Amino acid sequence: QEVTVEVLDHLERLALVDFRDAEGVERLQKAIGFADQLREVNTDGVEPMDSVLEDRCLYLRGDDVTEGNCTNELLKNAREKVEEYFVAPPGNIPLPKLEERETFLQGS
Amino acid sequence: AAVKGGLRFQVSAALKEGHVTPTELCQSCLSLIKSTKFLNAYITVAEETALKQAEESEKRYRRGQPLGVLDGIPIAVKDNFNTAGIETTCASNMLKGYIPPYNATVVQKLLDQGAVLLGKTNLDEFAMGSGSTDGVFGPVRNPWSYSRQYKEKSVPKSPSEDEESNWVITGGSSGGSAAAVSSFTCFAALGSDTGGSTRNPAAHCGVVGLKPTYGLISRHGLIPLVNSMDVPGILTRCVDDAAAVLGSLAGHDPKDSTTIQDNFKPFELPNLTDVSKLSIGIPKEYCAPGLSSEILAFWSKATDLFKSAGAKVIEVSLPHTRYSIVCYHVLCTAEVASNMARFDGLEYGHRSDVNKSTESMYAATRREGFNDVVRGRILSGNYFLLKQNYEKYFIKAQKVRRLIANDFVKVFGSGVDILLTPTTLSDAVPYMEFIKEDNRTRSAQDDILTQAANMAGLPAINVPTGLSERGLPVGLQFIGQSFQEKQLLTVAKWFEKQVKFPMIQLEVKRHDHSAFQHQKSASFS
Repeated sequence: QEVTVEVLDHLERLALVDFRDAEGVERLQKAIGFADQLREVNTDGVEPMDSVLEDRCLYLRGDDVTEGNCTNELLKNAREKVEEYFVAPPGNIPLPKLEERETFLQGS
Repeated sequence: AAVKGGLRFQVSAALKEGHVTPTELCQSCLSLIKSTKFLNAYITVAEETALKQAEESEKRYRRGQPLGVLDGIPIAVKDNFNTAGIETTCASNMLKGYIPPYNATVVQKLLDQGAVLLGKTNLDEFAMGSGSTDGVFGPVRNPWSYSRQYKEKSVPKSPSEDEESNWVITGGSSGGSAAAVSSFTCFAALGSDTGGSTRNPAAHCGVVGLKPTYGLISRHGLIPLVNSMDVPGILTRCVDDAAAVLGSLAGHDPKDSTTIQDNFKPFELPNLTDVSKLSIGIPKEYCAPGLSSEILAFWSKATDLFKSAGAKVIEVSLPHTRYSIVCYHVLCTAEVASNMARFDGLEYGHRSDVNKSTESMYAATRREGFNDVVRGRILSGNYFLLKQNYEKYFIKAQKVRRLIANDFVKVFGSGVDILLTPTTLSDAVPYMEFIKEDNRTRSAQDDILTQAANMAGLPAINVPTGLSERGLPVGLQFIGQSFQEKQLLTVAKWFEKQVKFPMIQLEVKRHDHSAFQHQKSASFS
C-alpha cells in the first residue's frame, strides 16, 4: 500500500528530517516493500532478540563520579553559548503545519 | 643498512634493531600519503602530531624500552572514531569542524602502545554504504586501479576512455582505511563493521579485514550506527598483524557496558601444519544469486585445498540467510533513526542559522547536515518504529534475528569449527558503474554475504585469496564461533600461507626509496 501524506508528514515531524523530493518518498516506498519480505518468515513462538549478549549480565559500574569538570572542553564545540550554557531557540513552539511548512509534501 | 627482503618482513624487528627509525618511517608514510592523494583515502592527515609521536617512540627505542610490537608503527583510523584534538567528520557536513575532546577507547589503546596516528580515513557518510562513495569529501579510489596487475588486464573500450574514468571502488564503508593499508601508507587501520563495512573493502583492496566478536572490543568513542551490531574492525596486510592489533584492543572497557567482562589474553598465532582435526562448513545458501563464477571458482578451490590437506569439509545450511539482509535493513534503519537523533546542532556539529524555534532549528540543521542516504534511513527507521508498524516490522525483525543467530548455533553445535564463504559477489566494480544504482540497492546487494555475521555477533575475517580476470583482488571469508578469535585467525593464517596472495605493484611516483623498503613490508609483527 502507498504511504499517505498524513503519515509522511508525521514522519517528517518525528524525524525532524525532510523527504526533500519525490525521490525521497520513493525511497521510503521501496524500503517498505523490501521490508515486507519479512512476512514470509514463520516466527511463531520465537522471542525477539535485543542483543547477542542476552545471556550475559551487562557490566554496571559503581555509582561514583569519576570524571567531570570539563565544561570548557564541552562548550568548545557548540556554536551558540552564553557563559556555561548552550543556547537554544525558544522551545514549546511546534513545527509549522504541513500547509505552512516549506516541504516537498505540500504539493501532494 | 640492508633489510631482509621477501614478501613479509618485520618492521617491528627493523625498528628494534635500528635499521629504520620511527621518524623515518613516519616521514616516509606521510610522503606516500601525499603521493597517493588522488586515492582520497584520507580526510585529515595529522602530520604534526604524528611526527611528535614518532619522536617519542624513537626516544623509547634508543633507550631500549619500546612499549611493544606497535611502538612507532604508523596507523590510520576511520573518521567515525573520536580522536582528541583531531577533526572527526564521519564524512558528513553535520560534523565538519567537529573536534572531539576525547579519544575513542580503541584509539587511546593504540596510542598507549606507541602507535603513530597518521590521520583519519575516508568513508561513506556516517558509515552508511558499501562503496565509500557517498561521503562529503568524495569517493575513495581503490589503489588496485593504479596497479600494474589491473592496468595489464584492462582494455580501454574507446580511445577517449582512460585511467581517469576506469578506476574501481574500494567497497565500503571503511574504504579509506582499506585503501590506506593497501597502498602502504600505514601498517594497520581501524575500520568499523556493522554489515560488512570492514570485510567488504578488505576484499576489494586485497587486505586482511577482521570483524571481531561483538562485545570483545570497546565501542566507546565509535560514533554509533547500530548499537547492537557495530564493532571496530581491523585492517592489516597479513593475519599475524591483525592478531597483534587485536591483542592490544580487546578486553573489557568500563566505559562500554556491552564489552564482556571475561579476561582477554592476547595471543600469538601458532603455525598450523596439521588441519586434519578441523571441520570446515560450507553454507550452501552463500552461493547467492549474483555470485560471480570467478568467486565461485576461488571458493571451490579453497574447499579443495582444505580437503586435500586432510580437513573435514562439509556442506551445511543456514536456512534464514536470504532474510538476513531484510532483517538488517529494518533493524539498522530503526537503530539509525534513534542514533542520529543526537545531531541537533546544539552541543556540537553543524548548526543552522534558523532560529525561530528549537524544532525548526533542529529540522533545518538536519536538513543541511545529512545527505540523502542518511535522511532516507532515518525516515525509514522512523516508519518501522511507528506504533502501527512496530510489531510487524521491528519486533518481527528481532524475531528473525534470533532465527538467524540460531542457524549458526545449530551449525557450530553440529561439530563444525569454522565456516568458509565468499566475502563479496564479485571483484571491485568501476565507480562509473557503481553509481548507476542507488546506495540502498547497492548495500542490499553487497552486504548479503557479510551481514549475517553481524546479526549473530560472530567473528569473521576476509583473507585476500587471489586476483580476478581483471587483475583485481578477491577475498574469502571465514566465520568463527563467538570469542574464538584465536581459532579463527589460526585457520585464516594457514589459508593465507597456502594462497600466497600477490603484492600490489603500485605505480606511483616515489620521492625517496630508502624507507619505502620498510613500508612495502606486508607485516609489522
